[in-house]
Amino acid sequence: MDITVTVNGKRHDCEDGPGESLLFLLRERLGLIGPKNACEQGECGSCSVWLDGLLVNSCLVLSAQADGCSVRTVEDLAAEVPERAPAAGAAGALHPVQQAFIDAGAVQCGFCTPGMVVTAVDLLARSPRPSAEDVRREMAGNICRCTGYQKIVDAVLLAAERMAAEPAAAGPSAAPAPAAPEVALP
Amino acid sequence: MTAQGVSTETAESIGTKTAESIGTKTAEGIGTGTAEGIGTGTAGGIGTSPGRSDGPAKVTGSFVYSSDLAAEDMVWAVTLRSPYPSALIHSIDTTDAQKFPGVLDVITHADIPGRLLFGQMKVDQPVLAADRVRYHGEAVAVVAAVDLETARAAAELIRVDYDVREPVTDAARALDPECEWLHPDGNLVAHTRIRRGAASTGDLPAADVVVRGSYSLGMQDPSFLGIESGLAVPVAGGGVELHIATQWLHVDQEQVAACLGLPPDKVVLKHAGVGGAFGAREDLSLHVHACLLALRLNRPVKMVYTRTESFFGHVHRHPAVLHYEHGATSDGALVYVKADIVLDGGAYASSSPAIAGNAATHAVGPYAVPHVQVDSRAVYTNNPPAGAMRGFGTVQPCFAYESQMDRLATALGMDPVEIRLRNALEEGATLPTGQVLDSPAPVAELLETLRGLPLPPADPAAPEGVVRGVGYAACLKNIGFSEGFDDYSTARVRLEVAGDGAVLATVSSAAAEVGQGVLGVLRQIAVTELGVGRVEIRQEDSTFGTAGPTSASRQTYVTGGAVREACRQVREEVLDLVRQAGYEDPPAAWRLREDGVVDDAGRQAAGLADVLGTRVIEKTAEFHHRTTFPLDRETGQGNSAMQFGFAAHRAVVDVDLDLGLVRLIDLAIAQDVGKAINPSAIAGQLQGGTVQGAGLALLEEIELAGGQVLNPSFSGYLLPTMADIPPIRVEILERADPHAPYGLRGIGELPSISATAAVAGAVRAATGLDVTRVPIRPHHLTVGTRSAPRP
Ligand code: FES
Ligand code: FES
Repeated sequence: MDITVTVNGKRHDCEDGPGESLLFLLRERLGLIGPKNACEQGECGSCSVWLDGLLVNSCLVLSAQADGCSVRTVEDLAAEVPERAPAAGAAGALHPVQQAFIDAGAVQCGFCTPGMVVTAVDLLARSPRPSAEDVRREMAGNICRCTGYQKIVDAVLLAAERMAAEPAAAGPSAAPAPAAPEVALP
Repeated sequence: MTAQGVSTETAESIGTKTAESIGTKTAEGIGTGTAEGIGTGTAGGIGTSPGRSDGPAKVTGSFVYSSDLAAEDMVWAVTLRSPYPSALIHSIDTTDAQKFPGVLDVITHADIPGRLLFGQMKVDQPVLAADRVRYHGEAVAVVAAVDLETARAAAELIRVDYDVREPVTDAARALDPECEWLHPDGNLVAHTRIRRGAASTGDLPAADVVVRGSYSLGMQDPSFLGIESGLAVPVAGGGVELHIATQWLHVDQEQVAACLGLPPDKVVLKHAGVGGAFGAREDLSLHVHACLLALRLNRPVKMVYTRTESFFGHVHRHPAVLHYEHGATSDGALVYVKADIVLDGGAYASSSPAIAGNAATHAVGPYAVPHVQVDSRAVYTNNPPAGAMRGFGTVQPCFAYESQMDRLATALGMDPVEIRLRNALEEGATLPTGQVLDSPAPVAELLETLRGLPLPPADPAAPEGVVRGVGYAACLKNIGFSEGFDDYSTARVRLEVAGDGAVLATVSSAAAEVGQGVLGVLRQIAVTELGVGRVEIRQEDSTFGTAGPTSASRQTYVTGGAVREACRQVREEVLDLVRQAGYEDPPAAWRLREDGVVDDAGRQAAGLADVLGTRVIEKTAEFHHRTTFPLDRETGQGNSAMQFGFAAHRAVVDVDLDLGLVRLIDLAIAQDVGKAINPSAIAGQLQGGTVQGAGLALLEEIELAGGQVLNPSFSGYLLPTMADIPPIRVEILERADPHAPYGLRGIGELPSISATAAVAGAVRAATGLDVTRVPIRPHHLTVGTRSAPRP
């Protein structure tokens, strides 16, 4: 069976390997290495992507399930804010959440980082001014082994602050399409 | 300064800083250094917190980790592992697997062309199991195929005829003379003895108060997120290149070449992006397998473990049983400590010999004890191999000695912090090895700092049956390899005018960046030493001089020292050029600042680009730390360590007495870093290590039953999540070590050591229970007799 997926706005017609995950499709067939393969068991959040606007662990989604869907990955976040000055040393403009991760020192080995960034962007789209407790509760599905989380929480709060101060900076498309009702905040 | 402590550092290094000039600082905003020649504020130099240069790639997902590698014509390989912890292998039949469509090759022990065993301290571990398996998950065969699924399916077709044996899973039983030997030399891997004071004559003096306790720790897993993976690429002329996430290219390279039976120059190892390490990337995993297949197939071979496989593919922290006896005077001064430590090393030695040594030399903690008797043994069993993990043999004794300090405090009716202060090591004190601390040892100050921090307010809504406790723990840790190892590093610094006319410095080393930020630190050092804003960092491969391992908290110290030395040689040559160019003879105090040569009054005397012209200055330096010495085998005496670091933790917990659940309310760490090279990165290390320690206290354990691993997954092996962890306060002290570059101290491991003991102490304080095992399980707090909570 062949499947069609739109990834970051680009349509792909791919061969479907039986039992293959969306994560495998993204990484090994489409060469998108942003979604990470830390557990492939749905436990760590490293592989987080949006599937039709809904945040999912792509390791738990069969690629066949993504047929006809639209997928958005961490690769789509940077450079989507043209009016924002490029970060020093960066190839292009970073999303405010990405910039905040760098500024807050929330990146160490960085293996958790793409998943954390995507989850934080999703959280801020739903809840633009979360408390530290909200962040800890909402992002608990993303494991980091290096940072002890403090600086990640700091980064998300910093991004929230900057985005609130400068809403345009996040750009109209920074947030995914409004989330499906089942991911509404409890 | 001890007699033997001759520094290879130049004496003009950094003077000891006084307490007043630095003061306790929080992570942000630490000032620049004041010592000679450094830190007058060049942006991005040492003492500042520039963002990581790999930050943009990591936040956008473009950073390439070892599992992201790909090559044209690449094939995949997977490992077949033993389902049994102990079995004899009668035969391995790969016929069906070989015939499976899409399979390209299958290798077993019989195909290893060179040395059949590996191991960096003791060569005892089969590259692939031959006549027996010694642990659940041991590698037996490797299959290469056109794709991953094919390789996996084919691996299941390999028939191994096992004769299953009763495993030896208890370290104490393994030491029993009646027990079967798992290796030709018996089951004892290493035994380190310390005999100090009266203990050296076989006696220990009497004490007013004696407390005894037995403690145990489960098996912790490093659980780095970036699983074991790599890409081996054959190169023309019969060699192979391995791109691998590792902590030390060179020691891997030597072992891989030996096992492949190739001359060393035919095997080149290259750094691939590392997703965390924590010690478990010190040993080989798929290295030889991937290289051998690449050579046989003449195609690139990629291997990526699954998470389950990763639990079998790396070493764990040694589970331990520790028996302690502390004797003290009635006013709380330690008289003696007697400790018997048994570390379960699992099936192969890995780093066990050095870990047993560390457990012994750190057995009494950061306290002055005149009479010490320690026996520390590492033992072979049929459990999964234990080896290096952050803290390296000092986490286990810290849990025990700090629990003993709490016990002593209770026995004497003293405050737990007071008894620690009463015995705290200070500069000039003698360690159990006889080594004299010849640099600041601010143990008391660290504890006082923590005690002075505000406590979180009581929770007025706390349900009935929830009690709060506060626990303290302190630790020390040796930095760098000990006991006579020349643990040096190599770096090269090149200075030139780049094509666009700007001055460019290039810093090269083979140091492994495992996420801790060493590459950024090397850049900061070059910026500080050369005053050049544009610094490129090159990570070299194994054909460059070794940087030694990224372990033992040593990389900033040693490779940082090498970069500093190379920069200083470059600076000397620049100043020579200034002289030759007819400038006024520059005195030695002239510095390189802001792309210029600055005279002693701070005025720019010449532009660096003008001085350099078309010249390229390139210097390579090795940094050798001061000599250390092996311990006497009988008494454990000797100046074995190049440096010590010091840290302390305070933990606040709420315990639900009915459910046995522990909630972390507050965590704080205070650590002496000597000199904060990058305060933000330090805070990140301290917070991350603290959480690993807290994880060991409350959650993390590889559960074993008869040698079988029951929970090799993130659903079974529980890591702390954000929701489990409270805010973590960081207090950084900078008490310069006069023997170290910039006065710095290695920092990486310390935060993971005393955190476990502090959390256990807090649970102890909340519940009044002894808390003698970690991780603490709910039933430890609810089942059986429980003494009344302390008032
Ligand atoms: S890789 Fe998908 S949740 Fe861990
Ligand atoms: S930074 Fe390493 S796992 Fe989060």
